[in-house]
Amino acid sequence: MPGRITRDDVAYVARLARLRLTDAELDTFTQQLSDVLEHAGDISALDIADVPPTSHPYPLANVFREDTPVPSVDRGEVLAQAPVAEDGMFRVPPVLGEAP
Amino acid sequence: MSDSATSLEGWEVVVGLEVHAELATRTKLFSGSLNQFGGEPNTNIDPVSLGLPGSLPVLNRQAVELAMRVGLALHCTVQPSVFARKNYFYPDMPKDYQISQYEEPINVDGWLELPSGRRIGIERAHLEEDTGKTTHVGGSGRIHEAGYSLVDYNRAGVPLIEIVGRPDIRSADEARAYVSELRAILVAIGASDGKMEEGSLRVDCNVSVRRRGDTDYGTRCEIKNVNSLRSLGRALDYEAARQVDLLESGEKVTQETRHWNEEEGRTHSLRSKEEAFDYRYFPEPDLVTLDPDSAWIDAVRESLPALPAERRHALAERAGVEPAEVAVIVERGLDALCIDAIGAGADPARVITHAEHNLAVEGAAGLDAAAFAALVGMETGGELTATQAKQVLAEMVDTGADPKSIADARGFEAMDTGELEAIVDGLIADNPDQWHKLCEGDQKLTGFFVGQVMKATQGQADGKVVNRLLQQKKDG
Repeated sequence: MPGRITRDDVAYVARLARLRLTDAELDTFTQQLSDVLEHAGDISALDIADVPPTSHPYPLANVFREDTPVPSVDRGEVLAQAPVAEDGMFRVPPVLGEAP
Repeated sequence: MSDSATSLEGWEVVVGLEVHAELATRTKLFSGSLNQFGGEPNTNIDPVSLGLPGSLPVLNRQAVELAMRVGLALHCTVQPSVFARKNYFYPDMPKDYQISQYEEPINVDGWLELPSGRRIGIERAHLEEDTGKTTHVGGSGRIHEAGYSLVDYNRAGVPLIEIVGRPDIRSADEARAYVSELRAILVAIGASDGKMEEGSLRVDCNVSVRRRGDTDYGTRCEIKNVNSLRSLGRALDYEAARQVDLLESGEKVTQETRHWNEEEGRTHSLRSKEEAFDYRYFPEPDLVTLDPDSAWIDAVRESLPALPAERRHALAERAGVEPAEVAVIVERGLDALCIDAIGAGADPARVITHAEHNLAVEGAAGLDAAAFAALVGMETGGELTATQAKQVLAEMVDTGADPKSIADARGFEAMDTGELEAIVDGLIADNPDQWHKLCEGDQKLTGFFVGQVMKATQGQADGKVVNRLLQQKKDG
């Protein structure tokens, strides 16, 4: 049975996602994520020794598209929805550190 | 801190390289926008590469085929694979995760053979999508002082193969040879254009050092921003010396990512945020398993051309030399020409010498093998001197004419020894002082006499014969 999600876990995940949460939100999400984890923990009660791990609920493999170009979407239309655009590009706040 | 004077004596450098290569598809990995370098910003974009809500990725079959070509060319096992989300928050990936392969990559456990014959292990070669390109504006231009960033998503979603090598490389030279060989393979199999200068081939280096004889690895650093083979060698030499300096002065190497600065000729710590990156990988629910059947894998294997290592071995065996000695010839694509010329009866040693030294020119691969063999035959038969043969060869490449008519047109013919001897005798008579000194043992004057003979014969004399004649005269 996995351990409960702590408030610190939630604060950490929020920081990775660059989300600023209020104290009340931290409490709410700690409870919600714990419930989700607990639900997933129910599986631990089952004997699944003979069940292979699965990465997808559908028994499908090899879904492809051909290497055929489709027209690009309109840049002006896309950039019009961005908070700020400049020189045909999205303008974003400076990001500290290097891209991972 | 470190300088080039640092001695690596007693130390061993251990290098493992991660190479990202953009695959030469027409469209992106998961959507139909063009995979194209150098377009106007944000003109090859679509809902998938912009990460718009509701958009779904669909895998490009050709990218899979090219990834398999890479894997098989590197002697990997192609296995069923699963895509995974690598989660991180950065504007170069608008959906805040990159689709990659993690626990189950498409290709595993291969190797690459260097011209030296050493084999470097390949741990895996997996598929993933490239990120968008951010340009930092304002501030001093340094990342952490930038005023803001501009993002172009043309590159976002372009298919990449990430080739993770084992830490089997032991020097900067070997690292360069590895990347050079890998690039040659990628180009030969049509998987990538391999252009480092356009960023379609990118190299990250994991470097550590240890005392010679140690079996445990030292603490490693990862070096990023190495954009050419030259920088790769410089960065590795610098970093190895830096680590040896630290260890020899009793300090420790800190495991970290370091940035190579080409202008300063040094690596520096990226000073990223304190927390380690935590990518929280999990299987990508929007994509199903990739499981190429053996018929497809076999068909791809069958369609691979002969690879550089194989070609080096074939030519080396035919010419009776070591594979490393014909690496340059194979790199220039002259191996088939050489094999055919040798097959037509030409002397292998002369064929190899010409291909290595006298055929480093555009169009040389188009040379007719029979004509090449005929030229070598004229040379070994004494009809042409080495110098004349070289000149005829150059003209053959330029004009496609046959060697006999070129030699005739230039008036090249074997100068008989009697004629040469008369010239040598005349020169000795005209230059008694020099001749005396030569006979006294001043070997520099051999060059003087040979030069005079060449001048008198307009370069048509065979240098070896002239030397032999001079020796005979001295002895006589």
